[in-house]
Amino acid sequence: MATIYVDGKPHQVDAQQNLLHACLTLGFNLPYFCWHPALGSVGACRQCAVKQFRSPEDKHGRLVMACMTPASEGAQISIADPEAVAFRKGIIEGMMENHPHDCPVCDEGGECHLQDMTVMTGHDYRRYEFPKRTFRNQYLGPFVNHEMNRCIQCYRCVRFYREYAGGQDFNVFGIRNLAYFGRHEDGVLESEFAGNLDEVCPTGVFTDATHKHHYTRKWDMQFAPSICVHCGLGCNISPGERYGMLRRIVNRYHGDINGYFLCDRGRYGYEFVNSEQRIRQPQIRSNGQIQPVPKQQAIEEGGRFIASATTVIGIGSSRASLESNFALRMAVGANHFFAGASTQELQLLHLTLEILRTTPVASLRDVEDSDAVLVLGEDVSNYAPRMALSLRQSVRQQPFAMTDKLKIPRWLDHAVREAAQEHKGPLFMATVAATRLDDVATDTYRGAPDEIARLGYAVARTLDPEAAGLRATTASGSLAGQIVRAVRAVTGLGKPPSGAPDADFETMAQRIAQALNGAERPLVISGLGCRSGPVLKAAANVVRALQRNGKPARIALAVPECNSLGLAMLGAKPFEEALAVAREHSGTTAIMLENDLYRQAPGSDVDVFLRSANHLIALDHLQNRTTATAELTFPAATFAESDGTLVNNEGRAQRFFQALTPQEIQESWRWLRDIFVAAGRREFSAWKTLDDVIQSLVSEFPDLAQVAEAAPAASFRMAGEKIPRQPHRYSGRTAMLANINVSEPKPPDDPDSSLSYSMEGNPDQPPAALIPFAWAGGWNSYQAWNKFQEEIAGPLRGGNPGVRLFQPPAQAGEYFQDAPKRFQPREGEWLVVPLYHVFGSEELSILSPGVKQLSPKPYIAMNDEHAKGAGLQAEDMVELAIGGASYRAALQIRPDLPVGIAGVPVGVDLFAGIQLPAWSKIERVS
Amino acid sequence: MTSERPLTKDMKADGEALTLKEYERAGGYQGIRKALRMGPKDITDQVTKSSLRGRGGAGFPTGSKWSFVPLGKDAPHPKYLIANADEMEPGTFKDRLLMEGNPHQLLEGMMVASRAIEADVAFVFLRGEYVLSAQRLQRAIAEAYAAGYLGEKIFGSEVGLELHLHLSAGRYMCGEETGLLNALEGKRANPRTKPPYPQISGLFGKPTIVQNVETLANLPHIINNGVEWFKKLSYSADGGSKLYGASGKVKRPGLWELPMGTTIGELLHEHAGGMRDGVEFRGLLPGGASTDFLTEEHLDVKMDFTEVQKVGSRMGTGTMIILDDQTCPVGMVWNLEDFFAQESCGWCTPCWSGLRWAERILWAFEQGHGSEADLEKLEWICKFCAPGNTFCALAPGAVEPLQSALKYFRDDFLRHVREKQCPWR
Repeated sequence: MATIYVDGKPHQVDAQQNLLHACLTLGFNLPYFCWHPALGSVGACRQCAVKQFRSPEDKHGRLVMACMTPASEGAQISIADPEAVAFRKGIIEGMMENHPHDCPVCDEGGECHLQDMTVMTGHDYRRYEFPKRTFRNQYLGPFVNHEMNRCIQCYRCVRFYREYAGGQDFNVFGIRNLAYFGRHEDGVLESEFAGNLDEVCPTGVFTDATHKHHYTRKWDMQFAPSICVHCGLGCNISPGERYGMLRRIVNRYHGDINGYFLCDRGRYGYEFVNSEQRIRQPQIRSNGQIQPVPKQQAIEEGGRFIASATTVIGIGSSRASLESNFALRMAVGANHFFAGASTQELQLLHLTLEILRTTPVASLRDVEDSDAVLVLGEDVSNYAPRMALSLRQSVRQQPFAMTDKLKIPRWLDHAVREAAQEHKGPLFMATVAATRLDDVATDTYRGAPDEIARLGYAVARTLDPEAAGLRATTASGSLAGQIVRAVRAVTGLGKPPSGAPDADFETMAQRIAQALNGAERPLVISGLGCRSGPVLKAAANVVRALQRNGKPARIALAVPECNSLGLAMLGAKPFEEALAVAREHSGTTAIMLENDLYRQAPGSDVDVFLRSANHLIALDHLQNRTTATAELTFPAATFAESDGTLVNNEGRAQRFFQALTPQEIQESWRWLRDIFVAAGRREFSAWKTLDDVIQSLVSEFPDLAQVAEAAPAASFRMAGEKIPRQPHRYSGRTAMLANINVSEPKPPDDPDSSLSYSMEGNPDQPPAALIPFAWAGGWNSYQAWNKFQEEIAGPLRGGNPGVRLFQPPAQAGEYFQDAPKRFQPREGEWLVVPLYHVFGSEELSILSPGVKQLSPKPYIAMNDEHAKGAGLQAEDMVELAIGGASYRAALQIRPDLPVGIAGVPVGVDLFAGIQLPAWSKIERVS
Repeated sequence: MTSERPLTKDMKADGEALTLKEYERAGGYQGIRKALRMGPKDITDQVTKSSLRGRGGAGFPTGSKWSFVPLGKDAPHPKYLIANADEMEPGTFKDRLLMEGNPHQLLEGMMVASRAIEADVAFVFLRGEYVLSAQRLQRAIAEAYAAGYLGEKIFGSEVGLELHLHLSAGRYMCGEETGLLNALEGKRANPRTKPPYPQISGLFGKPTIVQNVETLANLPHIINNGVEWFKKLSYSADGGSKLYGASGKVKRPGLWELPMGTTIGELLHEHAGGMRDGVEFRGLLPGGASTDFLTEEHLDVKMDFTEVQKVGSRMGTGTMIILDDQTCPVGMVWNLEDFFAQESCGWCTPCWSGLRWAERILWAFEQGHGSEADLEKLEWICKFCAPGNTFCALAPGAVEPLQSALKYFRDDFLRHVREKQCPWR
């Protein structure tokens, strides 16, 4: 810590930081543009100028840029100094020379950092009286809108896109006051993090193109604290509603998970909520006709289906809340509570839980801070995208140690990058196919899942001879894998050469072991991506070996969906068992909770299951193949319309809250309660609110006891008041429903949370888990998060939201024993593995038009040599057969796929329900 | 004081470059031989004592600059020595003469500097338009490699030096020390944060010295002839001779090697031959476009780093641009500001916004649309772009002619306002 003096008053600040960081942490309003809490200082915009004095006697002082000046002991600065004030005002005036002042028609208006800073500096009259420069805008894809005339040349966009997120297809062109930020030509931005430009840009150059289709000002939206449902990481989001429609998603800062950034699937996947395919009221199917029915009638009909059933089968969902799944389990009983997932997937999830309970688990912040990483089997960029952004920062940790020696402060971003150059910390990528992180990898290894597991076992054995499995030597000379040493050209454009010869497995294992063992915070990443138990076990073994070597090693495991772990913790049984029950019993009623079985299990099995049941009740958001077979369908609330709890990949329970209040749609647990009460199960009528369900849940599952603490209960009040979901400038409240009734309706009640559907309530900062949107006096943009943090870029006040359900174990867990045998390619057959696509592999987001546009067409991929050997060419129509079903798609040549392996894009409709990995012939069809 | 002209004395009358043989015959490549025997610290020590100051414009003491480079076996390698030959300052053409006339002298200077900092690799970062310099340097570098003066174990010693010629793609910013480093790395020529200084983290993150051509050309002579000899070349406290130049409506525009500290009046009247017949002297920019105007009252000022600064300008590159009475000072400043606004790299706000604004206002004056209120704006822009307010020295330098024109030629600005047109048109 250091004492600095701001306008004469002493303050304690972090001596490792710069003056801007210090001033903002202290709560001062010091304007800035080019600095960003996650991107550091570069000194371009000159907006944060303050006066610095050498000593108390120095009355003259000199202007310094706060972001570029260390907060050193005894520093004396003035924010209020007239010269500094005038200079900061001048900077805005300079920016306003060319800024079009089109705020009324700009999507950023009302949450624009440039507006805020303009007001903050007091600039109100522009003396520049010449024509403004103009640019041509570019088409950048379905997500990001481009309006270059608004640019103030702060360089944040290009720094985020290239330097932070590793994108290549975006740059700054030209010089002077004509710097142009965009692509070399029109086209879809390649980076899956491009959407962050919306928030990184301090004004309206980059805005949300999906929001544009149904635009509403920030002040006119009703927000809720929420959790992203498009992968298992649990990024915190802030959905915004107006007129009953979900308008957009923005990042909700979480110091341990997403920080300031989301992936584009999480940001733009929301449009399924507004889909025309939404089920908006209960439906009944009779005589082949699907017809809407009044709520009460549907509930009573459902009650009859339950009451008359010999057996009630409940199929839960890994994309439904803990509460809804729990309600189903309570209603149907533990023995008849199933997941849509297969035995294989549930086994993997239970293995994941076992590892998480016995291994120190890394949050995304920990991933970012790791200084040596081994990725086993996971295509992180496509499977758990936000984690890839954290991994990109992890490779900077070792260079930081180097630049520390040169006494370059870590926040001095470009100086650090110039000193570190292309030097990167160790990141080893062992995956089935190439990944978008390979460009920063030290080494990449490509092999079949079993080979990846063997590499992990070999690394563990190298670290600790006591570790189980195979010695490194036994795995050498592997035919099915190839090691590609990353070539890093000076330009940084170096790509690993493809087709490198089979290399020495053993030395690779040694290199990895050495790098992990030499690190201060080593990390192993794995997950369910390649659907292999041995890979998960190998990952755990490496961490355990490191722990035994005294290293504070951690593990991070990616899971398929937003509540995969929650469902597994509730003890859901595999779909195969549900099928067996359905076959054995006649007169069953099956309830499908937010689950399109056709995406989970082979179509023929699902057909059998659905035909075997006497009555079918489905609860879901959108029409799908499963709901189409149901006799009764209930409109289940999406994440945006409901409250509940999700357990993310680290075992963190997080609560999400509703932003929308659609009339006929309600939470699945409420439908289930109503149906079962109608069936005579009166005990469920005790569930009046979400907290009642949570109460039952924690008493039933001691493991989940902490779920109650994930967020304050509904009874929570701040000085006797609720927390408003609407900003204090929310407009049209009295007029917006005047077409229906001239009297202003009473806002909807919310018995489930302490948030109100109103602009009224306590204006103070709520607890971190209940912050609906970031807004603070004078800070209308996302930059307002500064005002919610204990320290800038640190934890939110009162701690980051959510509770970790698993405590780090006191000592390293036992080694897993059974190393797999070497992968043996087969003659004329391929091991078909899942390939993931950030846009396309996730069920809900693909229902949003932009994501759909960027998702791949179906394909079957294999290595070029393989294809040649089989007499196949790219684009040939080929067929594979798995689980009794055959799949036809165009052949794609992927040189990165190992020998004996073929891949298909999971998630796209054609491959719905396919169970992978599995062996299949691949043959040309005419 | 001696009247010796070490930098130019060996140059040929026909303007051809000295070959390696000719250069050696004239005593060349003795300085580096001596330097190889001296050891890095002694070389730096001698250069420090010689009071050689950087000739690129800023006048930073050369020996002192080198002293921050880490030496010895723990120092990071490769270390780099870069000759800044990106001579882009308007009105400046001194380095060109040195490179075209005696390229080996520059190479030897680079060898000496490389020894002082134990550099492994050297670059000449050359202005792209200097085609003749490029050809002659290329030939000289080839000769030096062939003779074993470059490459491994130079001059039979245990040390090596690789030397490359790099032609700039051409922007004023590439001549800025750290902008040059970025350009050489293949990046945008934006300036870099200082500290860390290039001595610690320079080209490709390694210790680097960037030195002007003229500075480097002095080094062999300092090593050969010693500190006292070098100091005696000068009229002032700054050691050595200096290449001075003059352009504008003088009788004999040109370039002369003279003792450091020769007065402005002597340069103007004796060497440049005074103003052309029929035109009157009004003022001058002493050292390139990015220095403040001086006027009649400053003709007795010695041209060196210290004395020119005392009267509110800078010696800069020492190549004067002369303003006469038949040229509109507002038009001249407009022309300069247009250049600087165009060459701004676009990194920091005062520079990219302020310079173009100033240029627009000056253009308005020239079109007869200027007002007295505009003068206040121009003054404000000059303060806005003051040193420390901007990221690098481009904008502060760019407003030097403007701020001094507002001081010395205010009446001319006002005439534009009164007459609603440029009086010179």
